[in-house]
Amino acid sequence: MLRYTIKRLLQLAVALLGLSLLLFAWFKALPGGPENRMLPDNATDQQREALRQALGLDEPIWTQYGEFLSRIVRLDFGSSLSSGRPIGTELAERLPATIELSMWAIVIAVGVGIPLGYLAARKRGSWLDFTAVSGSLVGICIPVFFLAAMLKVVFAQELAWLPTAFRLSPGLAYTEITGLRVLDGILTGEFDVAWDAAQHLVLPAVALASIPLAVIVRITRASVLEVVGEDYVRTADAKGLKPATIRGRHVMKNAMLPVVTVIGLLLGSLFAGAVLTESVFAFGGIGSFIYQATTERDYPALMGFILVIAVSYVVLNLIVDLSYGFLDPRVRVRS
Amino acid sequence: MRMSRTSPTRRAVGAAASAVLALGLIAACASERDSGEDLNETQPFIFGSPGDPSSMDPVFASDGETFRVTRQVFDTLLDHDGTEIVPGLAESYEQNPEGTEWTFNLREGVTFHDGTELDGAAVCANFDRWYNFTGGYQSPNYTYYYSSFFGGFAENDPDMGIEAESIYAGCEADGLTATISLTEYTANFPGAFTMATTAIVSPASLEQITDDEVVTAEDPLPEYTQTAGVLAGTGPYELTEWDHGEQAITLERYDDYWGEPAKVKTLIFRTISDETARRQALEAGDIHGYDLVAPADVQPLIDAGFQVPIRDVFNVLYMTYQQQTAPLDNHDVRVALSHAIDRQRIVDSVLPPGGEVATQFIPPTIEGWSEDVTTYEYDPQLAMDMLAAAGQEDMTVEFCYPTDVTRPYMPAPKDIFDIIAADLEAVGVTVEATPITWVDYIPATRSGECGLYLLGWTGDFTDAFNFLGTWFSSETTEWGFNEPEIFDGLAAAAAEPDPEVRAEMWAELNVTIMDQLPGLPISSSPPSIAFAPNVEPMEVSPLTQEDFSDLSFAAE
Repeated sequence: MLRYTIKRLLQLAVALLGLSLLLFAWFKALPGGPENRMLPDNATDQQREALRQALGLDEPIWTQYGEFLSRIVRLDFGSSLSSGRPIGTELAERLPATIELSMWAIVIAVGVGIPLGYLAARKRGSWLDFTAVSGSLVGICIPVFFLAAMLKVVFAQELAWLPTAFRLSPGLAYTEITGLRVLDGILTGEFDVAWDAAQHLVLPAVALASIPLAVIVRITRASVLEVVGEDYVRTADAKGLKPATIRGRHVMKNAMLPVVTVIGLLLGSLFAGAVLTESVFAFGGIGSFIYQATTERDYPALMGFILVIAVSYVVLNLIVDLSYGFLDPRVRVRS
Repeated sequence: MRMSRTSPTRRAVGAAASAVLALGLIAACASERDSGEDLNETQPFIFGSPGDPSSMDPVFASDGETFRVTRQVFDTLLDHDGTEIVPGLAESYEQNPEGTEWTFNLREGVTFHDGTELDGAAVCANFDRWYNFTGGYQSPNYTYYYSSFFGGFAENDPDMGIEAESIYAGCEADGLTATISLTEYTANFPGAFTMATTAIVSPASLEQITDDEVVTAEDPLPEYTQTAGVLAGTGPYELTEWDHGEQAITLERYDDYWGEPAKVKTLIFRTISDETARRQALEAGDIHGYDLVAPADVQPLIDAGFQVPIRDVFNVLYMTYQQQTAPLDNHDVRVALSHAIDRQRIVDSVLPPGGEVATQFIPPTIEGWSEDVTTYEYDPQLAMDMLAAAGQEDMTVEFCYPTDVTRPYMPAPKDIFDIIAADLEAVGVTVEATPITWVDYIPATRSGECGLYLLGWTGDFTDAFNFLGTWFSSETTEWGFNEPEIFDGLAAAAAEPDPEVRAEMWAELNVTIMDQLPGLPISSSPPSIAFAPNVEPMEVSPLTQEDFSDLSFAAE
C-alpha cells in the first residue's frame, strides 16, 4: 500500500509539471494581456508598454516560464496582478469558502442520494422509485446556474427566508480557526456565527449538490439492484441471515464501490459548479476569483489557483482509490 | 432587516425542495427587526460594490472601487461639487500665471484619525513621498495616476518602463500653506489635486511604514495597504476593518471630522460582482444600496419603490472612423455615415434614464463644451445620397465591439452595436461584425485593425484635457489621421494655465474636431446607483465621487 501511495505521488509531480507547461503555453497563446484590464481605458500605449516591461511580459516565453517554475519550486506563487496581493494569501482566504461549500454540497448529495437510491432500488417500480429516477433526471438536466438563481428567487427573495448573498451577515464578529465558518462557530462557541453561516450555506450548497445528488441516486440505485441479484445475497438469505445484516454487510458494502468512484470524479464537477454558484450568491470563494482572473488575464493568480485545484483533485482521487482497500478486500490483496 | 412577503410562487415550490423548506422555516424564526431606536446609530449601512478595492493607500490604485472607499477616509486638497472644482482640505488656492506654482491655504483645525494635525508639512510629506518612489512602486499597475500627472519620479527605474521626466519640482511648507512647484504646466492641474490618488495621508502613519519592500512590479503591495489601522486620513470615516475573506470593508464615523459629521455611524462596503445578484440583495433587504445598476433594472426598481437618483453625465461613448481604413479617409463618407446613425434611438432604448446624445468628445458639464459644433442629424436619405456621390453606395466596413465588458459609458456594447449596424445596413453599408474580448479589444483598436469601433471614457476630473488629451495629441494608429491643426491646438490648450482662456481654446478645438470628424460621439450615459426605500441618499455625483457621510436612514 505504501509503495502504491508513493508511486501515485510521484505520478502527481510529473502530472503537475506537464500541467504547468500546458497552462503556461495556453495562457500565452490567449490574445490580449493583463495590461489592458489593469490600466484605465484611456491609458496611453507608452503606459501599457511600460507596464508590460515592468511585469516582464516583454521577455522571451522560456525566460518567463523558467522564472515561473523557479518560483513554484520555492512555493512562491507570486502576487495577483489585479489585487496586488500574494497568491498564497488569496488562496488561504478563499479556499476555505469553496471547501466549506463543496463539503456541504457533498454531504447533502451523499446524505440524501445514497438512502434515496437505496430505497428506490428496494421499492423498485413504486412511486418513490419513479419520483427518484425522474427527479434525478431533472437534477442532472437543470444547469447549476439556473437552479441557483431559481432557489434564490423563491427562498431568498419571494419568501425571504434565507439571505441572497455573502457567507455571513454584515457586521457579525467571528473568530477564524479553519476558515470553515460553521465549524469555527461551533469550535469557538460562537453559535450565532455558526447559525448565520449555515443559513448562508443552505441555498448555494443545495444548488451545488443538485448534479452530484442526481448522479449518486442513479448509481446507488443501479448498483444496489445489481448486487441484490447476486448469488451471495441469495445464499446469505437462504442460510437465514437477518435482513439487516444482509443489507449492511452484503448489499450496501458491495454496492458502494461504484458510488465511491463516482463521488471522487464528481469532485471535479463541484469545482466547476462552484464558479457559477459562488457568483450567484456572492460567496467569496475561489470560483469567483478564477472567473475574474480569467477575464483579467491575471496569469499568476490563475496558475496558482489551477495548480492548487489540480493537486487537491488528484489527492482526493488518491484517497478515493485507497478507500477501495477498505471496501473491497480484493483490491488490498492485489496491491 | 429582511421583509417577509408571501406570493403565488409559494405554490410553485415542488416537493423536492421540502428539505430546504424545513431549514428555511427555522431560519425565518431568526429574522430580527430593529425598531424605535435611531437606525443611523444602531444599524450599519451596507453598500453593494461591484468589485473589491485594491489598496487602502489610494496612491497605488487606479480603480473606482478603491476610490469609492478611500474617498470616505482620506481627503484631497481640492474636491468636486458636481463638476465644479471646490475647496477640499485647502480652503483656497492660488496658481502663478505660468501655472507652475500652486499654493494651498489649508483649513485650520483639521486632524488626522491618529490625532496628528494637518499642516503644510503634512501635505509636502505626501508629495515628496510619491516623488521618491523606487522600484516596483513606479510600475503603472501601482502608480498609474501619479506618473500620468507628474511624468516620472526622482529617479526613474529603467526596469519599470517609465521614461518621461518628472515635472514635480518640490513642495514648500509654511504653517498652514503648502506650495507645490512644477517645471511645466499641464492641463492635468488643478484637476490632479482632486483625484483620490493624491489624497493626504497622516505623516505620522507614513513614518510607520517603509516603502522599500516592493522591488519589482510583480511583488505584492505591502501589507499595510491591505489592512485597517495603519494609514490615517482626515475624512468623515475611519477604516476599522478590511475582511478579505468576507470581501467586506467596515468604516466608522470619525467624531473629530472637520466638516459635517457623518450621519450613519457604521458603513460597510461588500462586494457583489454579479449585477443581478446586487439587485436581488437590495430587493431582499440584505444591502441598502448598490452601484452600476443594469439599465434594464432601473425602471422595475423604481416601480417597486426603490430609489434610483440620476447622476449627471460625465462620460462619452464614441465610434471611431479609423482613417487608414478606406474609404473612411474620405471626409464625405464619414459625414454620410454620421447622418446614417440614429443616436437618439440608442439613448432611448439602451441607456438608463438621464442618458443623452453626445455632440462632441466631451460631456456638456465641462468648460469648453461648444454649442457651435456641427451636429450631423439623423438623415438616412442624405446619408445615402452622400455615399452615392462619393461612389461608396456598396461600401463594406469592419466594425469591432467588445464582448465581455460593460463600461459606465457603454452599458450594453452588443445592443449599441446592433442598432448602429442596422442603421448602417439601412443606407447600404455592409457591416462585418467583429466581436472581440476586452483584453484583446484595446490592442486591436489601438493598432488600427478595426475600421469602426466603440470606445469611450469617463472623466477623472473637470478639464477637457482629461478627455481630449489622450485621444488627439498626436498621430496614432488608433485614429489614423494626421491633422496638425488639431494636434497643435491641443498642445497649446493643454499648456495654457489660465482656466478661462483654456476653456475658450477647448471650445474652438471641439468645433475643429467635429468638422474633421475623426469619430462620431454617440452618447453620454449616467451609471445608475440604487438605494432602498428607507434611505435618504446622498447627493449623487457625475464623477461617481459620492460622499457617503451625507446619507442616512429615513425615520420610519
